[in-house]
Amino acid sequence: MSSRFLRSELRLIYGRRRNIAGMAVLAVVPIIIAFAVKYSGSRRGGGGGVDGGFIGQATNNGLFVGLAALTVELPLFLPLAVAVIAGDAVAGEANVGTLRYLLARPVQRTRLLAVKYLGVLIATITAVLLVAAVGVGFGLALFGAGPVTLLSGTQVSTGVGLWRLLLVSGYLVICLAAFGAMGLFVSTLTEQPIGATIAVVGLALLSQILDSVTQLSAIHPYLPTHYWLSFGDLLRDPISTDQIVPGIVSAVVYGLIFLAAAWAQFGSKDVTS
Amino acid sequence: MTSPVGTSVTPSDPAPPVAGIAPAAGPTDLPLQSAAMVGSSGDGCAVTSDGLTKRFRGGQVAVDHIDLAVPHGAVYGFLGPNGSGKTTTIRMLLGLVRPTAGTSTLLGGRIPEDSQRVLPRVGALVEGPAFHPYLSGRDNLRRLDAADRTADPATCTERIAGALDRVGLSAAAGKRFRNYSLGMRQRLGIAAALLQPRELLILDEPTNGLDPQGTREVRSLVTDLAASGVTVLLSTHLLSEVEQICTHVGVMHVGKLVAQSRLSDLRSQTAQRIRVHTTRPELAVASLTRLGLHDVIGEGAQTGGQSSGEVTALLGSAKPEAVIATLVHDEVPVLAFGPVPVNLEDVFVTLTGEGFGVSG
Repeated sequence: MSSRFLRSELRLIYGRRRNIAGMAVLAVVPIIIAFAVKYSGSRRGGGGGVDGGFIGQATNNGLFVGLAALTVELPLFLPLAVAVIAGDAVAGEANVGTLRYLLARPVQRTRLLAVKYLGVLIATITAVLLVAAVGVGFGLALFGAGPVTLLSGTQVSTGVGLWRLLLVSGYLVICLAAFGAMGLFVSTLTEQPIGATIAVVGLALLSQILDSVTQLSAIHPYLPTHYWLSFGDLLRDPISTDQIVPGIVSAVVYGLIFLAAAWAQFGSKDVTS
Repeated sequence: MTSPVGTSVTPSDPAPPVAGIAPAAGPTDLPLQSAAMVGSSGDGCAVTSDGLTKRFRGGQVAVDHIDLAVPHGAVYGFLGPNGSGKTTTIRMLLGLVRPTAGTSTLLGGRIPEDSQRVLPRVGALVEGPAFHPYLSGRDNLRRLDAADRTADPATCTERIAGALDRVGLSAAAGKRFRNYSLGMRQRLGIAAALLQPRELLILDEPTNGLDPQGTREVRSLVTDLAASGVTVLLSTHLLSEVEQICTHVGVMHVGKLVAQSRLSDLRSQTAQRIRVHTTRPELAVASLTRLGLHDVIGEGAQTGGQSSGEVTALLGSAKPEAVIATLVHDEVPVLAFGPVPVNLEDVFVTLTGEGFGVSG
């Protein structure tokens, strides 16, 4: 597949002011966390809170700012960022009418979906790595590097800590990529990109709400967001795969189902936009 | 109805045409398809369709069994009021909308099976221009070019500049599309259709939103392209546009193709009327009636004791020179004699029961 169309797609995504502003918001969160910890003087450590206890660790090692930022942005900001790109993918082109001209060039519908999904995937990787990298950057600058205490209590070097952070980022990319596939599918259903974005963000929030109702524990493993916070298992020594492996399987299954659904829906659709 | 339409008139046809066909006449009653275009299998045609039908959900039939035949090299005016099914037909031809029934071909390739092979040779403007509002005109064209697998990236910049120049948009190439006027948008849409050398252009209302100068430019551009061998399928609701630049015409009415022909055939198939300008209309009426001409209509006026007027009649199988001889023989004072110009507007009103230029 020629990469020219994909590059054009990426220029479209990264050249858009709205998307750049969104990225800036994602990047500002770790900066706020870093300065808040630095100047509040609060040294409350471990357990509880939306940050998963990472903020308290930040003063020992700047890496934890990145982890804390990923944790606080995971419920809403990161899915929102992915949903904006994915929701816009097909519905955005339909909305301005460019979809018919792309298809008449001709762009095969499967190829269009593939390029659109690759764009979503690359934007997802960018978003996760941006949050992690800005967090690590400001964390290390403000607090320096020190021994990293893993969740299981073991201390490791900063290098190993960075490697674990990269694993966490990779895991979150997989989870959010499945979510992006859901967004792509919804995007093929409508000509309103904002509607697609709202619908798919709503789905993520609903899934998290259902996941917090203990009476519904029977369906919890099947919720698309259920394993997202399991990334903490990558910070144990040794790494616990009890939740990570089902998390990856869940993401891959969800991803494939919704990509197939998007293909089935879009492949035969009458384009009247 | 002043100008009646003949359904089956040929110069040697002895039967006089029936004046004023009822608009309700079915399309099968109108033998307006010239022999060369009937039953085309696509060999000589850039665009064909066979029983092409689209019924949308809800049962509304937008396009009803139409058999298009656009010969290579033609400028085919796809004429019909708004809402008559032209755009849905074009969407089906381009593979955007799946027909409920029937098939179509572009440049000999079946749609949608062969669309990846033939569509790169087809430039299209469908239901108005559409571009990303926050990209410049040039960047929008670059994106379309990037999507085209057959486009050579090495010549991209050059081809874009050429296309922009051809539609007179070079100066505004760097402006964001959202700041373009309607006319500039239309020009950019045409530029996109011309990014590559095309064998077929499908242009849906290409002069919409253009000022008179722009309209003239686009029409002359279409004429130039046609002269260089490009086949053009041009959808329009303007009869004048068809009369000015088209060689062929297909008339759509409520989803049906009610007529399809060479424009010249349509004109010649239309019953020819003659007109006599005389000071003694009553004598002319008597003379022409004696000669056996049908539908003789005399209009006279008495001004200051001197009458003058015009008499028209269907020529039928009579020869104009014989008519003149008869008039002179009958001592009718003829001031002027000539054919009544064929008014296509009347032809189409007869075919469709409505006029053009108004959305219906």
